[in-house]
Formats: sequence, structure tokens, C-alpha cells
Amino acid sequence: MKALVSVKRVVDYNVRIQVKPDQSGVVTDGVKMSVNPFDEIAMEEAMRLKEKGKITEIIAVTVGGAKCEETLRTALAFGADRAVHVKEEGEIQPLTAAQALAAVFKKEGAQLFLLGKQAIDDDASQTGQMVAALLDLAQATFASKVELDGSKAVVTREVDAGLETLEVDLPAVVTADLRLNEPRYLKLPDIMKAKKKPIEAVSFASLGVTPGAGLKTTKTAPPPKRGKGIVVKTVDELVAALKAKGLV
Amino acid sequence: MSVERDVMEYDVLVVGAGPSGLSAACRLKQAAAAAGKEISVCLVEKGSEVGAHILSGAVFEPRALEELFPNWKELGAPLNTPVARDEVYFLTGPEKGIKTPGMFVPRTMHNEGNYIISLGNLCRWLAQQAEGLGVEIYPGFAAQEVIVDEGNVVRGVQIGDMGVDRAGHHKEGVYTPGIELRAKYTLFAEGCRGHLGKRLIKRYRLDENSDAQHYGIGLKELWTIDPAKHEPGLVIHGAGWPLNSANPGGFFLYHLENHQVYAGLIVDLSYSNPYLSPFDEFQRIKHHPVMKKYLEGGKRVSYGARAICKGGFNSLPKMVFPGGALIGCDLGTLNFSKIKGSHTAMKSGMLAADAAAAALLAGGEGGDELAAYPESFKASWLYDELYRDRNFGPAMHKLGVLFGSAFNYVDQNWFRGKGPVTLHDNTPDYATLKPAAQSRKIEYPKPDGVISFDKLSSVFLSSTNHEEDQPVHLLLADPAVPIGKNLPLYDEPAQRYCPAGVYEVVSEGAAPRFQINAQNCVHCKTCDIKDPAQNITWVAPEGSGGPNYANM
Repeated sequence: MKALVSVKRVVDYNVRIQVKPDQSGVVTDGVKMSVNPFDEIAMEEAMRLKEKGKITEIIAVTVGGAKCEETLRTALAFGADRAVHVKEEGEIQPLTAAQALAAVFKKEGAQLFLLGKQAIDDDASQTGQMVAALLDLAQATFASKVELDGSKAVVTREVDAGLETLEVDLPAVVTADLRLNEPRYLKLPDIMKAKKKPIEAVSFASLGVTPGAGLKTTKTAPPPKRGKGIVVKTVDELVAALKAKGLV
Repeated sequence: MSVERDVMEYDVLVVGAGPSGLSAACRLKQAAAAAGKEISVCLVEKGSEVGAHILSGAVFEPRALEELFPNWKELGAPLNTPVARDEVYFLTGPEKGIKTPGMFVPRTMHNEGNYIISLGNLCRWLAQQAEGLGVEIYPGFAAQEVIVDEGNVVRGVQIGDMGVDRAGHHKEGVYTPGIELRAKYTLFAEGCRGHLGKRLIKRYRLDENSDAQHYGIGLKELWTIDPAKHEPGLVIHGAGWPLNSANPGGFFLYHLENHQVYAGLIVDLSYSNPYLSPFDEFQRIKHHPVMKKYLEGGKRVSYGARAICKGGFNSLPKMVFPGGALIGCDLGTLNFSKIKGSHTAMKSGMLAADAAAAALLAGGEGGDELAAYPESFKASWLYDELYRDRNFGPAMHKLGVLFGSAFNYVDQNWFRGKGPVTLHDNTPDYATLKPAAQSRKIEYPKPDGVISFDKLSSVFLSSTNHEEDQPVHLLLADPAVPIGKNLPLYDEPAQRYCPAGVYEVVSEGAAPRFQINAQNCVHCKTCDIKDPAQNITWVAPEGSGGPNYANM
């Protein structure tokens, strides 16, 4: 069984995000970029399923410019067998990315599409859902446990009320939540081997995807500065202060 | 418990992806290609990526780069802002200063032909060139131990283990033993006060014929300023207030591209007042009109700090030992009279690489002392440059800022550094503190949150992170020293010399306690240098921990 794992290149989670002075986006020049941590969790889960013999091949995929090759190399160092790079420079619309990923999934004949529940750059949490809709597949989002059982996947997901267990028919889309696993450390020899693994470059055109323009970013702004706090001595003072602000 | 470790073997291993290590790696590959042979080169870097731990002014002299890549312009090296003009100030008070007329500025402080750069970005570019030449670069892996064989020959390094908890236990499912990287020659390029370099200097007594090494701590911020005040290529240096001859230092302000400036302060770690706080001196000096007029209305983007080696020629240890060599600031090649160490670091790396390449291409098996490296060093412009400027630091220490500056003016501009006198300064920086009882307490002004800031919000801007659950990487030889000795004698200066708030004396109730916030560490190494008891040892934390400097 083949699994497709998508990995997105994002600004590293340790980096303090700076908004560009013209508000057209965030600064990425000279900034450390990494694999979206939730996608790393998806990648780790794929590796564990492969080590259990449930999956035979892992294909990593990304959508983006030439620099995204680094992201794919990281996925290959994790243990992906090969990678597909949908190589397109410039801004990519969320729906277009989902269409491209769906096209790769179909082309590869994979049974399981694993990816992070969201990317830490835009926090949109929509790619997995859109891919499932585009391909009319079952989806199990926010997974905290994944088991493959023949033609089915049993997925435990974290919901507000607790844990919910779903059984979905394969092929299916599964998005990884934070507590699904703790990704392994990359080993130096594996990073070296990853440099020699194949990456196939494809384009929107070759996948039959027409880039859309449905979404327009009008402005990026930093959150408003937090005002000065006050120190209260007693609970009564606290209640009074909250009341004065009309919060209780 | 013995751990099974993977082993990878190379011809040459380089530890540290700074200007010296990257230049050495490029040069080795160039030499191999010119000879039509193969030399395998591996480079490991503790930062999460190349450039993540690089912090420098930086006004860059392109001399070594011209030699390494004569076509650096076509190759797109990020030297974007040529120096347009220099200004040098001597500050006499919080509002006052004297602009030094150009003719009285020492020769070494002129910057025509140099560039204002981000050294981190230059290193990122050098790494691309190196990878293009076939160097294998592995960021995120910290060299933890030197591998020395029974014949006392350096054979490589062991990478630190990953997935070890605070108590030293292997974490279930994620523990990953560090591999052994073995090589015929290992070049140590860790920068100033490298933790392995320090051990090598001791083990092979490399410094037995040299003066004590001297250090400074450099603090730096990147600001985006009002475009109307921005003058690309303007280089401002200055000394004087609020520092003095017993506690010397100097500030800088460089206008680079994109309406940005680098502001910084270098404080000499030979300072004597234990109440001095380099961080607070830096925050204070930004309020001086010379700096404030540019920063006002701007926004701080980034912050960082790093120790620098400034002993120069007289403090250079022996450069080689069986199986390897020290290069760059692991050796101490910075030229303090120019406040520049990048071109000298690059050159030392290239000289060591030439020596290693010649030995390997002649069929050598490695493990020997690379005698050709110190020999070619002596014949190089690097030697000439460091020799000429050998008196600069000692003059400042021995004669004070005013007479030292006068001496340096004469020594540099009249004798071109080849004067008859050599000054020596053999008091190590950890031994210069006066007891707190004999020192004046310094009251620093509160940061205003506009021009000046507190330590924690500053460290935040360095994007520093360490995996929380790991052993503390700042080792105390005797845990009783900070509270038992340093506190009564020096009011524990670690609280103030650390630019990242790692060390705190916490008083809960009656008994004070020494707290180490290792997660904040920006890897500057100042504690390892300045602790008066030499009780703190900096070792590498888990790979990829530390700051994530961008455009620094």
C-alpha cells in the first residue's frame, strides 16, 4: 500500500515573525525555514506504519518553489522512499495547492494521504479537507491515533468533548494532530542518503491544474500591542477591575 | 552503558560553518578539483542551519574572498553595501562627544573598499558554494567530543547524543546516539572560545609560548529606521562614555541596505568593575545623541551577542596538533585594531586547507601535524597584518584609552605597525575583576521600551530555543562557588555579564540560590571566559539548539 505525505515549507517555529513594512506579508528573506511541524508528525506516522508492515512505500510531496527541495530532502531523510515536487514559484492559492495534491494522489494510486492538520504559517487547516472533497474520499482529521486494518483505517481524533473513533474506508485522507506521535531525530547518515533519493518535478500544467485566483490577501498586520497590565492585591479588586471594564 | 555508534569517514572534517570553516571546505574542494582528484569533506554545524549562530558587525574586508572566489560578484555574494564614509567619535558624556578628524584616526580604522554585510548571509552563500563544490554540510549536529586515539592523534569528533532528558536518561523511543565522524585531518572552526578548541589548546599545550588570550563581548541589534535618516554605507565607530580605561569598549553603527542599521557595543572582557553589565551599557549608549538620532522612530528587529577573541598576534597559540588544526577565531585570528575577523578567519582556513590538500594529494594518510600550515601562515599577508597590529590591544590595556590611542596612532600611521616596540599583556580576563567592596555600584537607567529594552524581550528577538528536557549545557565544576565565593566577593558577576539572562541569583526567603536558565543561552561563551573562578564550562547542547539569527 502506498502512502502520500505532503510537507509544507514554513517559517521555523522558533523564529520571531516580522511583518513587512508595506504590510504585503511576513519577512522570509534570510529567515530559517523548516518543515511544518504537523507534517513532520504525519511523516513520522507514515514511517511507523511502514515499520509495522502496513505500508510499502512512502511518497513525499510538496507544492512550491525551487527552495522547497530542502523540505523534500528532510522528508526523504525521515524515510520517504521518493518525492514529488510540484514546482511552481510565486504565490500559490490554497485551493490550487489542494488540487495539485489531489492530482498527485490520484496519479500515484496511493491509498492513504497523510498530512498535518494545519500549517503553522497561515493556520488555515483546510488542505486535507479540500483534498478529500476534491477526490470524494473519506476524511479523518485531527488524528491522535491511526491504525490500518486491511481496507479500513481506524482513527482516533481529538474533539472538544474528548476522543472520537472513526472507521474510514481506504483510500482516505488523515490529518495529524500534535499528540499523534513524537517525531524521531534525523540521523546524519540518513540525511546523506536522502541526497541521493529521487525527486520527480511536475508542474500545475502537467497535472492538469489551472491556478486559481479566488483569494486575495489585502493586508498583513501584527497583532495589536498588549497594553500595560495592573497588579491587583485582592480578589475583590480583581472583580471590581473586571466589572469596570465590563468583562463580567 | 556502552552505546553503539555509527561511524562515517572522510578525508577532512571541519567543525563549524563560519567564515573560516566554510572557506577551508571550499578551498579543499578547489584544490582537489585542480589536481583532478577527490578529497571528501564533511562539515558539521551546531546551529539549526548555516548562519543561525553567526553574529558579527560586520564591516567586511573582501581580500580573502577575492582570493577564494575571484568572481564572487558574478556568483552573487551578498556584499551589497560598499562603505561610503567613516565617522569616528570619542564620547565625553551622556550628551556630548567629539568627532575625530579623519587625519588623526589610526590607519586601521579606515574602511574604503570594504562592505557592510550580514556575515550570517555571507556564510549562507559560502555554504551554497561549498555544497556546489561537493562539500557535505550537516547543520543541526553539535560536535561534542574530540576523538583522540591511543597515539595521541586527533581522529575526528563524536556528535552529541539527541533525546537525552535533563537527568541524563535516554528518552524512550527518541534517543539517538551521536555518530562518530572520523577524518584524516580535522579542522576546528568553532569561533571564539570553541569548547573543543579550548580542550585541544590545553591537551596539546598549544598556548605555552603565547600571551594570554583576550576577549570582548559584542552585543548587536538590527533596526529598521526612518528612511529619511538612512545613509547606506555610513560607518560610525566610537569609544569613551560610559566606559573608561579600566572598563574599555567601543560602539558601532552601520547603515546597510533596506533602511536598516546594525547598532552594537563591544565591551572588553578585561573590565574590572564587577557591577558592570555589558547589556545595560549597550542599552544606555543607544540613548547617546550620536546613536539615538538614527534609532529614534525606528523599530528593533533582532538582537544577539557573541564573545570575540581580541588578543591578536601575541596571543596566537600553536596552530596544529597531530591530526588537525585550529582555524579562524578558534585560533584567534581576529585583527582587533580593525575590529575585523572575517577576512583573517577565511584566510587562516584557506591556508590550513591548502596544507591539508597538499598532504592528501601527495598520498598522505593524515594524522600528522600539518607543519605546512604555520609555515605558509608566516609567509602570508595574514601574518604581516596581525604582526603590524600586535600592539593595539596591549596598548589600550596598558596605557589606557587616551594614551593607548595616541600610541596606536603613532605605531600605525608613522611606523605602519613595524615599530620597535612589542607590548605584552599577560593578565587573563577572568583575573581582572576588583572585589565588589572596592567597586562603584552602577545604577543603569530603566529601559524605555522604545530605544532601550530589557534582557528577556531582547533574547526573544534572537529566536533562541533549546529542547527543554535536556541536560544543562553550562557545567559548574563546583556548584558551591557562585553563592559561596562569587556572590560575597564579586556580587556574582554572571548575573550581569551574561547578555541573555541565563544566570540568576534567586533569593527565596533567606538563602540565595544560583539558577541557570540554560534555555536562554545565545552561545556567546562569555561565562566560560569571564567567571573569576573559571568554574563555568560551556559545552554544546543538543544539536540545532541556540539562537536562530536572521540577517545578523
